[in-house]
Amino acid sequence: MTTPLHSRRQFLQQAALGSALVSYSLPRLAKADIDYRELLPESMTKAGGEFTNYGQPSPYEQQVIRWISANPDMPGNGVSWSPLHELQGTITPNGLHFERHHNGVPAIDPAQHQLLIDGLVDKPLVFSVDALKRYPMQSRICFIECGGNSNSSWRSQPILTAAGYAHGLVSNAEWTGIPVRLLLEEAGIKPEAKWVIAEAADGASLNVSIPLEKLMNDALLALYQNGERLRPENGYPLRLVLPGWEGIVNVKWLRQLRLSNAPAMSRDETAQYTDLMPNGSARQFSFEMASKSLITSPSQGMTLPDKPGIYQVTGLAWSGRGKITRVEVSADGGQTWVDAELQQPILSKAFTRFSLPWKWQGQYAVLQSRATDETGYIQPTREQLLKERGRHGFFHFNAIISWEVSEEGYISHVYPE
Amino acid sequence: MSIRNSLLALLLFAAHAYAESEHQALGRDAGELTQQPQWNLTITPDGRGLPVGHGTAAEGKKIFNHQCASCHGFDAIGGSAMPLVGEVGSLTSEYPEKTVNSYWPYATTLFDYIRRSMPPQAPYSLSSHQIYALCAYILSQDGIIEADVELNEVTLPQVTMPNRDGFSATNSH
Ligand code: HEC
Repeated sequence: MTTPLHSRRQFLQQAALGSALVSYSLPRLAKADIDYRELLPESMTKAGGEFTNYGQPSPYEQQVIRWISANPDMPGNGVSWSPLHELQGTITPNGLHFERHHNGVPAIDPAQHQLLIDGLVDKPLVFSVDALKRYPMQSRICFIECGGNSNSSWRSQPILTAAGYAHGLVSNAEWTGIPVRLLLEEAGIKPEAKWVIAEAADGASLNVSIPLEKLMNDALLALYQNGERLRPENGYPLRLVLPGWEGIVNVKWLRQLRLSNAPAMSRDETAQYTDLMPNGSARQFSFEMASKSLITSPSQGMTLPDKPGIYQVTGLAWSGRGKITRVEVSADGGQTWVDAELQQPILSKAFTRFSLPWKWQGQYAVLQSRATDETGYIQPTREQLLKERGRHGFFHFNAIISWEVSEEGYISHVYPE
Repeated sequence: MSIRNSLLALLLFAAHAYAESEHQALGRDAGELTQQPQWNLTITPDGRGLPVGHGTAAEGKKIFNHQCASCHGFDAIGGSAMPLVGEVGSLTSEYPEKTVNSYWPYATTLFDYIRRSMPPQAPYSLSSHQIYALCAYILSQDGIIEADVELNEVTLPQVTMPNRDGFSATNSH
């Protein structure tokens, strides 16, 4: 195996990296009567816009939006996809964090909201939001991924939708809140307690069961998202954040935690968010999101303008089991791989940005990325995943995603042979 | 505050600044709350949480046609929303269909879910009798219960779903 540095050079295929010296001479002095207003951009010849109470993106970025896919008869049921193919870095802006709602976004007045902790506890407790704001808080950058992310990839034909609009039911934010453990300990956990049934205050009263151990380990009761209070669509005023675990258990609009000795067997942990296997049985409580990566640029629907040209192949990798240790990129459909550079810091259960300069000579290519996490688990090919899980798993699709580059530079989603 | 006092305060603060346990317990005694129906919505497979009530498939069919068929289709075979019945035994076939009757392990979950979520524009608008009737209608469509069986808080947890043993808890990939 070649060293990463050497391989990276090979990946560039001896691209001439503009090394020639440019000669530079000072311009002649300008005349006194020049009208600079004719020479300078308009933004420099007039006063700018006013201050804003809450800033919005540039009007030139209006195409950078979540893509909504909802049920026509039940508009509050569906998802909105994060435009990962338009974003850089690792933090998803709050207005672009993916959404999955089961019956719309509730409008909750925090002054009326309460959190009840009851069931197998010594003293059932109720907390106001104001009280919770006084607790010591921790911040954690982590991804949340819907268990149904990338589910179109189970289909027999590759979907021709922009990368984020097929794989963007995952986002990454800094969540700030109270370690759930503090609140459970305040209520006093009875030894028989094994599960916690979490319930939301939305129009679906969503309820799911969570192993107590996870809540005691690294769960947060989040009140803040990227520094500001949670957005309504992300659980305002309170949500659970369970780093690395599928979206459904990161319960938004949290109203109750009931400690129990058994799971509730609610609809969203039986009928949905369970993974049907080829033998007809289903995996239940498959909470951890396995290691995955996605090239966000260049990706489906984009074109490469120059041929030959140098392109920054970049994307995101994440694992619900810890840190990403390696991302490899292939331009030949997985026959040869080159290590991409990983942007620091690499955080456990968070997005890791990878990038690799690629010199495209104009040939047919298939771009892929493959992530490895600190447990040694390597992101599988689609073929491997289907072999293990069949064609009807629907949830937890984490296989390698392939972008075909045509000789004309058009990029489209393919399933390689 | 005297210099001595403020130094003391500073020392106290510094000594405890990083101790996670140094916070005020602000949870209030939940008192009666835990007994109230609005805080006891979850129904478990053993039937805990089920309200008193009863209903039959014939009653359920009327309610279904009126309140549910617009999305789930007449006979609950699917519309803009998923089918709820049929396809029992399809899980190992080439085109498995996950319906309430083919996939759900517990009938109690059906009551729990309909009450909390359906119909979407008016959750909790159905009475307990109506929900038992809807459960009876859906389950009887595939012969999981006889058409004339009355479902209530005792009989619903006794229903054995076809895919009762179809799930295995796992947390490995
Ligand atoms: C306005 C459309 C609409 C109406 C009316 C409606 N539903 Fe639904 N129903 C849905 C949608 C959409 C879902 C999927 C919800 C989700 O995924 O969170 C659903 C899900 C369900 C499910 C869960 C199915 C599964 O396999 O997960 C059941 C059971 C159900 N509905 C029963 C009913 C009953 C009973 C009624 C009538 C009282 C009803 N629905 C009325 C749209 C509707």
